[in-house]
Amino acid sequence: MIPTVVRRIMFYVLVGFGTAFFALPVLWLLSAPFDDTPTYAVRPPREFTLANFQAILDNRYAVGSLVNSTILSLGTMVLVVVSAALAAYALSRAQVPGRDALIYLLLLLSSVVTGTAAMVPIFLLIFELGLIDSHFGVVLVLSGGLLPAAIFLLKDFIDTIPRSYEESARVFGASPLQILRQIVVPVARPGLATIAVWTVVQVWGSFLTPFILLRNQDKQPAAVLVRTFYTEGGSPNLGLIAAFSLIYSIPVVLMYLLAWSRYGFRFHGGIKS
Amino acid sequence: MSQAEAAVGVAPVRATPTDVVGLGRLRAGGFITPALILIGVFLVFPGVWTLYIGATNFRLTGVAARQPDFVGLENYRRALTDDTFYHSLWLTLLFVFGSAVIGQNGLGFTLAWALRDARAWVKRTIEALVLLAWILPSSVVAFLWIAMLDRDAGTVNALLGRTPGVAWLIEYPMLGIIVFNIWRGTAFSMMLYSAALSSVPPSHLETARLAGATGAQTLRDVVFPHIRRYALTNTLLITLWTFNDFSPFLITAGGPGRDSEIVAVYIYNTAIIGGEMGYSGAISLIVLLMNLLLALVYLRAARTRRRSA
Repeated sequence: MIPTVVRRIMFYVLVGFGTAFFALPVLWLLSAPFDDTPTYAVRPPREFTLANFQAILDNRYAVGSLVNSTILSLGTMVLVVVSAALAAYALSRAQVPGRDALIYLLLLLSSVVTGTAAMVPIFLLIFELGLIDSHFGVVLVLSGGLLPAAIFLLKDFIDTIPRSYEESARVFGASPLQILRQIVVPVARPGLATIAVWTVVQVWGSFLTPFILLRNQDKQPAAVLVRTFYTEGGSPNLGLIAAFSLIYSIPVVLMYLLAWSRYGFRFHGGIKS
Repeated sequence: MSQAEAAVGVAPVRATPTDVVGLGRLRAGGFITPALILIGVFLVFPGVWTLYIGATNFRLTGVAARQPDFVGLENYRRALTDDTFYHSLWLTLLFVFGSAVIGQNGLGFTLAWALRDARAWVKRTIEALVLLAWILPSSVVAFLWIAMLDRDAGTVNALLGRTPGVAWLIEYPMLGIIVFNIWRGTAFSMMLYSAALSSVPPSHLETARLAGATGAQTLRDVVFPHIRRYALTNTLLITLWTFNDFSPFLITAGGPGRDSEIVAVYIYNTAIIGGEMGYSGAISLIVLLMNLLLALVYLRAARTRRRSA
């Protein structure tokens, strides 16, 4: 048997290596944005500055790309939450033949027809629909991919809501839409919020779909635009890239922290592609 | 995209569907329709359409763009005799095996095992770091690794004391994207294994300790039987994701030359850059079929796990 001392040392070496491996790349993201002469090196800022953030405002596309990311995220979020909530509610409450099989099939499809495997038909489809360079096209494609999982998660959630509320409302003559709006939606709010945050996080970070469908720089979200930040000399504009990456990363980190502190780390809800 | 909810086993709740709200079939159908249309047009249709595209000589420009001809299995014949396709398949195999099957699996398990009874703050700190790597957008992570692996000022060269440094992404591009993907994806395996390890009864571990088993023996005879099914489903899932991962493009764009052109990047290069939609449609169908195979094996494994649990 290995002596305890050796085991302790092995443990600390492992922990040290693990920490360094995962922390070092992130340190660059924390220091380079504030460095007046940033390099690729991980080091404290030579001369503290906020000029790199000023460069974001001066760049022709940078702020617009963050707006684009927001439009895509919120647009997809609304479409996914509304259509998934309606579908999940009906699937949970009404007699739909082959319901479980349908949900399984949709989940299976969404993991098989991935962005990579479907980039050719999706590009052609959007091209034929005349939606290249349109945010709407990207929102439609992303929604189609996210919906199966959203319906699955929401149906699971709605299944746990007791039906007695709805029954009593019905006794008092409320219509199905009234029941949905005034009773189910308020009770299901945590579930809806989880799906909303999850959708925003997915879309905020997604690269491939907007990359192939949006060619016009004015339309591109942050994930795509950040690749184009070069100086006039042709080398990467490190100050701009670092500051922009930091600003662009903060919302997702905040949303994860929020979701985490409110609902705990939900294993299935926290999964990203 | 959004697959993995099934990771912990999709257990459909079998509530008796009584129509308490008086939705009725018609209205229920109306509620489901918008979602089904979106899924149908933007998920199912592209998947099926690939079959047709792959059997034509569809191009983005030129005559074949207006009037694509049906060419049958020609594209598949071409793919199966194309050395660059085999090359990218081989690189994909390396990428999946190195970064997911070995890398994320191994590191994820090692971290989960090492941290299982570490002090709470140590455990929380490391888990938070690993999760942070996972939630940062891939465009940002890609740039962080471009910085780490840079020849002149990169941290990796600095740590190794190499001046002039190694141009990692030019000399060893596959190693670069493998390390990048391990860094970005280990969180999933770590979380899954730490959940799995908590299913190992402490009394079994205690018995093994009292019997004088070494760490390796304990892992093999006590721990592994309990987590075997988790290991299988985890491996299948991360294989599926890594196989479909496009983000290595953000680091090397498949280069230098074709040295890191995995299948995802190969499809992009032939379809969007090269404009050969028909041919890349055929390649896409091959990818779809591999995905389908992996997903079906996964569902089977997940079902057996639930039954035996």
